[in-house]
Amino acid sequence: MSYLNLSHLEKVFGQNRVVKDFTLGIDKGEFISLLGPSGCGKTTVLRMVAGFEAPTSGAITIDGQDVTGLKPNNRAIGMMFQAYALFPNLTVAENVAFGLKVKGVARDERAARVEEMLALIGLPEMGARFPFQLSGGQQQRVALARALAPRPRVLLLDEPLSALDAKVRVSLRNEIRAIQKDLGITTIFVTHDQEEAMSISDRIVVMNAGIADQVGAPFEIYNRPTTRFVANFVGTLNTFDVSVEDPGLGRVSLAGQPLTVPGLPDGARKGDVLPIALRPEALRLGQLPGAEAVLPAVIEDVHFMGSVIRLTARAAGAQLSMDTFNRADQPPPVPGQTVEISLSGRDAIVLRG
Amino acid sequence: MPTAPKGPRLRLPAGLPVAWLGLLPFAAFAVLFLILPTMKIVLGAFQAPDGSFTFQNLLDLNTDSIRSAYWTSIKLSFMTALLGCAIGFGMAAAVVFGGLPKAIRGPLLTFSGVASNFAGVPLAFAFIATLGPVGLITLWLRNEFGINLRALGFNLLSYWGLVITYLFFQIPLMILIITPALDGLKKEWREAAAVLGATGAQYWRMVALPILFPSLLGTFALLFANAFGAVATAFALTGPQLNIVPIKLFAQIRGDVLGNPNLGYALAFGMIVITALANFLYIWLRLRSERWMK
Amino acid sequence: MSRLVAWAIFLLGCLYFLLPLLGMGEFSLRMRRGEYSLDAYRVVFADPRFWETFGYSLGLAAATIVMGVVLVVPTAYWVRLKLPQARPFVEFVTLLPLVIPAIVVVFGYIRLYNTSSFLPLTGSALGTDILLTMGYTTLALPYMYRSVDTGLRTIDVTTLTEAAQSLGAGWFTILARIILPNVMVAVLSGAFLTLAIVMGEFTMAALLNRPAFGPYMQLLGANRAYEPPALAVIAFAITWGCMGLMQLVTRFSKHERAKA
Ligand SMILES: Nc1ncnc2c1ncn2[C@@H]1O[C@H](COP(=O)(O)OP(=O)(O)OP(=O)(O)O)[C@@H](O)[C@H]1O
Ligand SMILES: [Mg+2]
Repeated sequence: MSYLNLSHLEKVFGQNRVVKDFTLGIDKGEFISLLGPSGCGKTTVLRMVAGFEAPTSGAITIDGQDVTGLKPNNRAIGMMFQAYALFPNLTVAENVAFGLKVKGVARDERAARVEEMLALIGLPEMGARFPFQLSGGQQQRVALARALAPRPRVLLLDEPLSALDAKVRVSLRNEIRAIQKDLGITTIFVTHDQEEAMSISDRIVVMNAGIADQVGAPFEIYNRPTTRFVANFVGTLNTFDVSVEDPGLGRVSLAGQPLTVPGLPDGARKGDVLPIALRPEALRLGQLPGAEAVLPAVIEDVHFMGSVIRLTARAAGAQLSMDTFNRADQPPPVPGQTVEISLSGRDAIVLRG
Repeated sequence: MPTAPKGPRLRLPAGLPVAWLGLLPFAAFAVLFLILPTMKIVLGAFQAPDGSFTFQNLLDLNTDSIRSAYWTSIKLSFMTALLGCAIGFGMAAAVVFGGLPKAIRGPLLTFSGVASNFAGVPLAFAFIATLGPVGLITLWLRNEFGINLRALGFNLLSYWGLVITYLFFQIPLMILIITPALDGLKKEWREAAAVLGATGAQYWRMVALPILFPSLLGTFALLFANAFGAVATAFALTGPQLNIVPIKLFAQIRGDVLGNPNLGYALAFGMIVITALANFLYIWLRLRSERWMK
Repeated sequence: MSRLVAWAIFLLGCLYFLLPLLGMGEFSLRMRRGEYSLDAYRVVFADPRFWETFGYSLGLAAATIVMGVVLVVPTAYWVRLKLPQARPFVEFVTLLPLVIPAIVVVFGYIRLYNTSSFLPLTGSALGTDILLTMGYTTLALPYMYRSVDTGLRTIDVTTLTEAAQSLGAGWFTILARIILPNVMVAVLSGAFLTLAIVMGEFTMAALLNRPAFGPYMQLLGANRAYEPPALAVIAFAITWGCMGLMQLVTRFSKHERAKA
C-alpha cells in the first residue's frame, strides 16, 4: 500500500466525465507530475485530492486514512495555486504563519517556524513586507513556504510556475525540487509543460481526456511510450510504416531495408504493416558505421538553435525531424540538399494503435 | 472654428502653468455653489446678529429639544446605516457566494439602482400605504389575524417606522457598492485558507473581512451621511413635528420656529461637523487598514 | 454559506422590497369604495398643478443635465489630459455633495444669494431657477463626474486630442466633436440618473419656494389620501424608466463596441 492512494476516481460534471477510473499509488517522499493537454482533468484530480471536489466515485487514502469524505481543512494538505494566492492583507510572515495560527500553535513556536521557512525559501529578510511588494517569483516562494509551514502530509502544486517568466520558472522549479527532496514530502505537481515534468519528477502520469495513459519515470515515458498519444505528447516523434518480416525475431523492413525492432505486438504476423517511431536524436546525418539502415532524404528546413541544429527532411514517404550537434568546422546542410540518414531498429518504438 | 494647434504653453506670472486655467469654470462653480455657501454657514455659526464673533449660537444648541434632535438623528443614521450594511451585505453575499442562480444577479442590481434612488416623498407614501394606519399590511394583519400593530406599539411615524422606511434606500445602496467588492474576493484565497486548515469563519475573520473592511467602512459612512441629511422622506412621513435635526433645520429655514436666525447656522454647522466627522473617521480607519494596498 | 440560508436571506429581502410597492399599488386603486379603480390616477392626471409642476421639474432636469455636461465633460477631460495632479482635488470636490447635506447647501444659498447680497439670485423667479439648477447640479455632480471620468478612461484622450489638433481642430471642436461623442454613453447614463434625482427632489425646491414636482407631491400627501400612493407609483415608474434607459444605453454601447 502506497502512502497516497487514488483508487478508481471518477468525476462527472453534468454530462461530462472529466476523470475516468483514475488509479494511482504514490510513495512517501515521491514527486509525481500530472502531465497532459489543457482540459484533460489534471486540476480536477488535484482538487479531488485537496477536497474541493467530491469524487463521483472512488476513494482517496493518505497514510492509510480514508480522506474521501473529509473537508479540505481537515486533510493536512499543502497547496500552491497558479495565481499567487497570497492573502493581500497579511504580511509575508503572517501569510506563512496562517496555517499554524488556525491550528492554534503558540506564538513563539509560530515565529520560529516562520523564520525557518523564510530561510528555506531564501527570503529571510522579507517577513515584514506585504505581497504586493514582492515579485511574482518571490510571491510563489512565499506561497510555497506558507503551504509547507504546517508540515502537510502531501503537497499539491497546480501549475505554480506558469505565471512566471522563463528564467524564473527554471530556477524556481529546481528550488522546489530541492526543497521537496530535502523535506521528503510527497508531492503532486500539475503541469502541461513536458520539459518541466521531465526535469523534476520521480514519476510522470501522462493524462489524456481524464484517463491516466501511462505512468512511469521520465526516462521510461520518453523512451518507451506505450501509446501513440504519450509518444506524441512527450517530445517530438518521427513515425514510419514498416512491414513485418519475422514476428518472432522482431524483423521488419523499412523501405526495403531490414531492421530488428524490440517489442513487436504479440499478434503481429508476417506482412502486417505497423507504425514505428524514432526520436529526432535517434536519426543521424550521414552514413554511420553500425547503423542498420541508411535512407536517402531531402532536406526541407534547417533550424539553427545554437548547440543543436534541428533539420526537417523527407525520407521513405514520411516527413521527419532530426537533431544534429553544431560543429564550427562543419556547416549544416541547406534545404533541397540530398543527404543520407542512418538509423537502427533498437532505437525504434513500436506503437500500439 | 478650427484654430492653430496650441504652441508652447504660456505661463502665468505666478509660475502657475496656464493649464490650470482650464479648471477655472469648475473651480468657480465649486466655490460659488458649494464652498462659499458652506463657508457662509460655518462663519454664521460663530457670528452674533450684529456680525461680531461669538460662541453663543453653539451654546444655544444645548437645549433639551435640540440635543434630543441631534441624538435621535445620530441614532437613526447609525441604525439605518448599520442595518443597511448588514442586510445589504447578506443579500449581496447570498447572491455572490450562496449558490443562487446567476440569473438573479442582474435584476437584483438593476432593482437596487432603482430602489436606492426611490427616496424622498414618494417613498414615504409607499410606506404609509403599506404600514400606515390603513395600509395594506396593517389591515391584512388586523383582518386576517386580529393583530393590531398600533396596539403592539408600532407606529410608522416614529423612530422605528423611520428606520424601516430608510432601509428601503439604504440596503440597495449597500448592495450596489458591495457586490463588486465581493466579486473581488478571489476563490483562491478561500481555497488557500481551507487547505491551510482554516474554517469558513476563520477565513472570513482573518482574510475576507479585513480585505472588505475599507469598502464596508466607506459604505457605512456614506449611508450614515445619506440618512443624516435626508429631509424629504421624514417630512412627508411625519410632517414638521418629528424631532430630528434636518427637519428642525427645515422648519427653522422656513421661519416657522425660533427667534434667532443664527441658531439656524449653528444647527446646520452641527450637521456638517457630524457628517464630516463620520467621513474623517472613515478616511482615518481606511488609511490604517490599507497599508497592504498599492 | 449554505444554499438554504442564502435563499432565505434573499427571499426575505425581496419580501421587504416588494411589500411597500404592492402596498402603494393597492392603495392607489382604493379610491372608489368597495372596488378597485383608477380614479386616483384620473384625479391626479386631471390636476393642472400636476402637469405644471411635472413640466417645471422636467425643464429643470434638462437645464441641470446641460449644466452638468458643460461643467463636467471639459473638466474631466482637462484633468485627464493636462492636470493629472489636480485629480485628487477635483475628485474631493465632486464627492463633497455626498457629505454636505443638501439642506445645508440650500440654506447657504438662501443666505448668500438673498436680495441684499452681491449676487441677488433669490430676488427673481429666473434667478431662483438658476440657483435651483446649480443646486441640482451639485447633487448630480458625484454621479456625473464618476460616470464621465470612467468613460474617458476607456478612450485614449491624448492620442485623440493630438490627432484632432494636427488636423487643425480647436478646443471647442475637439470637445464637442470628438470627446463628447466618445463619452456619450457615460453622459447619457449620468443624465438619466440626474433626471431621476431631479424629478423626485424635495428639499431644495421647497426651501427655495419653487413649484417643483417634489413639493407638489408633499403638499398633496398632506391633504389627500388616495392620490399620494398614485403619485408614488408614478414616481417609481419614472425612476424605473430612468434606470432602465441607463442600462439600455450601456448595454447598447457594449453591443456596438463588440461589433466594432
Ligand atoms: N466546476 C466545473 N464544472 C463543470 N465542468 C468543469 C468544472 N471544472 C472543470 N470542468 C471541466 O472539466 C474538464 C477538465 O478540467 P481541468 O481543470 O481538470 O483541466 P486541466 O487538465 O487542469 O486543464 P488546464 O491545463 O487548462 O488547467 C474541462 O473540460 C473543464 O471544462
Ligand atoms: Mg488546470
